[in-house]
Amino acid sequence: MNNGSLLSIRDLKKYFLLKRTTPFGPREKVYAVDGVSFDLRKGEVLGLVGESGCGKSTLGRTILHLLDPTAGKIFFEGQDITELKGGQLKKLRAQMQIIFQDPYSSLNPRLTVEHIVGDALKTHGLAAGGEVPARVADILDKVGIHREKMRCFPHEFSGGQRQRIGIARALILRPKLIICDEPVSALDVSIQAQVINLLGDLKKEFQLSYILIAHDLSVVNHVSDRIAVMYLGKVIELTTKKKLLTKPLHPYTQALMSAVPVLDPDKKKQRIILKGDVPSPVNPPSGCRFHPRCFKAMEVCSQMEPLWAEVEPEHFAMCHLYGACQPH
Amino acid sequence: MGRLLTVKDLKIYFHILAGTVRAVEGVDFHIDQGETLGVVGESGCGKSVTAMALLQLIPMPPGELVGGTAEFEGSDLLRLDSDKIRKVRGNRISMIFQEPMTSLNPVFTIGNQIGEAIQLHQGLNARQAEEKAVEMLDLVGIPDPHRRVKEYPHLLSGGMRQRVMIGMALSCNPALLIADEPTTALDVTVQAQILELMLDLQKKINMSILMITHNLGVIAEVANRVIVMYCGKIVESADAHSIFHKPMHPYTRQLLASVPNLGVEQTRLQEIPGVVPSLYNLPPGCDFHPRCAEAAEACKLRSPDLSELEPGHWVACDRAARKS
Repeated sequence: MNNGSLLSIRDLKKYFLLKRTTPFGPREKVYAVDGVSFDLRKGEVLGLVGESGCGKSTLGRTILHLLDPTAGKIFFEGQDITELKGGQLKKLRAQMQIIFQDPYSSLNPRLTVEHIVGDALKTHGLAAGGEVPARVADILDKVGIHREKMRCFPHEFSGGQRQRIGIARALILRPKLIICDEPVSALDVSIQAQVINLLGDLKKEFQLSYILIAHDLSVVNHVSDRIAVMYLGKVIELTTKKKLLTKPLHPYTQALMSAVPVLDPDKKKQRIILKGDVPSPVNPPSGCRFHPRCFKAMEVCSQMEPLWAEVEPEHFAMCHLYGACQPH
Repeated sequence: MGRLLTVKDLKIYFHILAGTVRAVEGVDFHIDQGETLGVVGESGCGKSVTAMALLQLIPMPPGELVGGTAEFEGSDLLRLDSDKIRKVRGNRISMIFQEPMTSLNPVFTIGNQIGEAIQLHQGLNARQAEEKAVEMLDLVGIPDPHRRVKEYPHLLSGGMRQRVMIGMALSCNPALLIADEPTTALDVTVQAQILELMLDLQKKINMSILMITHNLGVIAEVANRVIVMYCGKIVESADAHSIFHKPMHPYTRQLLASVPNLGVEQTRLQEIPGVVPSLYNLPPGCDFHPRCAEAAEACKLRSPDLSELEPGHWVACDRAARKS
């Protein structure tokens, strides 16, 4: 597959098998990611939003091969990477990196910053041993950590600084794609802006593409070019941020947008309050997965699964309100 | 509207090996009946300690009540003896905590946990208390309350548990509800449900709410008046409209500018440089001056007092005071 995208995924699925509850009974499955397709263009930031348990982190990890996909295809720069193993996979990993949510648990407390950031260079054979400290120092400068602090351990840094170290670790291999899994949600409000701006600056400088996974719609909206909204393992809407903001199509997106608090006490928004909680991904509802909570649900919604359709140019949605459907 | 709670010059210190942490350093505020007061600030600014001190929930030692009073219904909350404060807790003043996952006891049923406070404060027997618990679950919108009342917390989702916490907190019709980051652990759609529920119930029983959060959006959504805290002190206090439209303290202004706002096109967020200073090693002068974009020489020398620059709008900044 070659359509000029950096990354393409097609009908990607990731199921987790649960333990048997009875000795000979069937093993139930968690449908964490259930048929997701999209393209990521070069130099693009794709935001991935959704509530907890919707599968957005699993999707990120499956793309990176940190989890093996159950079905579907992943293409990176036109090459099918779904089945890669061993040395080839390792080579690929230098191109795709990840920044984790929790800067407290994602750095090894027994290693110095020099090792945390520099070891990847040695693993991938990208620098001779003697060069490593200099390369680490350079990258620390870029993310705003003093190079003298190279010999310090993670506990000597604040949360924001640790997240910068996590960014440096991802960046040192000069990847083309970085998956940011909730990069700012563990940080204080005043520190979040620093990290968001840093990610923006680095993107320009190193020509990066990001997949930004977050539950905070205002953060995603600030950073992304296009936004994909996930619900129970499926992407239900995908479009440019402007279109998503001005004209969200899917009822779930509409409710999600209306639930985000605005920074103005005088502007009381018309709220769409959803009933109930997100259902369990072990037993997703029939038909459209959102229909039990949907305020626009029709009869067909519980019987048939809506198709993924391009409702308007560049604006995809999966909802019976817009177009055809397939028998379940 | 009558005055419900008046806190004057509250000071709470913690004595630890590294020194003395001045967690709350001279905080004054009041809450009127039926009003929602929002307390906003970053982690470590003393907002939770302030709230916990009101119910004597601070372990002492290492904590120490250095000074201050909190007048509530004719008595000083900070100095009530343990029998009397127990009559206040969960009865006249109740509290909702941030973590709905850990603030319920996993080995007791939900009905049991809600009923405990009811039996204790209202003198009902176990059967009546369970009936009342069912009523409360119904009130907070939990479907099928008769079944749920006999279930254990692990069977409920995060949003449901927070509803149970609210039901428990409201079961004795408190005059004041302290909500410490009640929606931080929840998803936005569930957060919207919970906030709506709280405001709805507030109207029904005319209680006051002390809402503590770091989320400025939540504050804008619910608060009538807002207190902004930084390093254990109040830096600005005003009605919600003024805080968001006419913030006078540089910290408030910078904090508002650093949050991405949905629907507003911003190319770059304004950063607040540096980090919150550690509480046992505060900078001299104004606590905020090392991070302040508008700091002058004088700010390094003198710690500013909270002064009323406009009616009802209190600001602790010498430069703002001179300007007005």
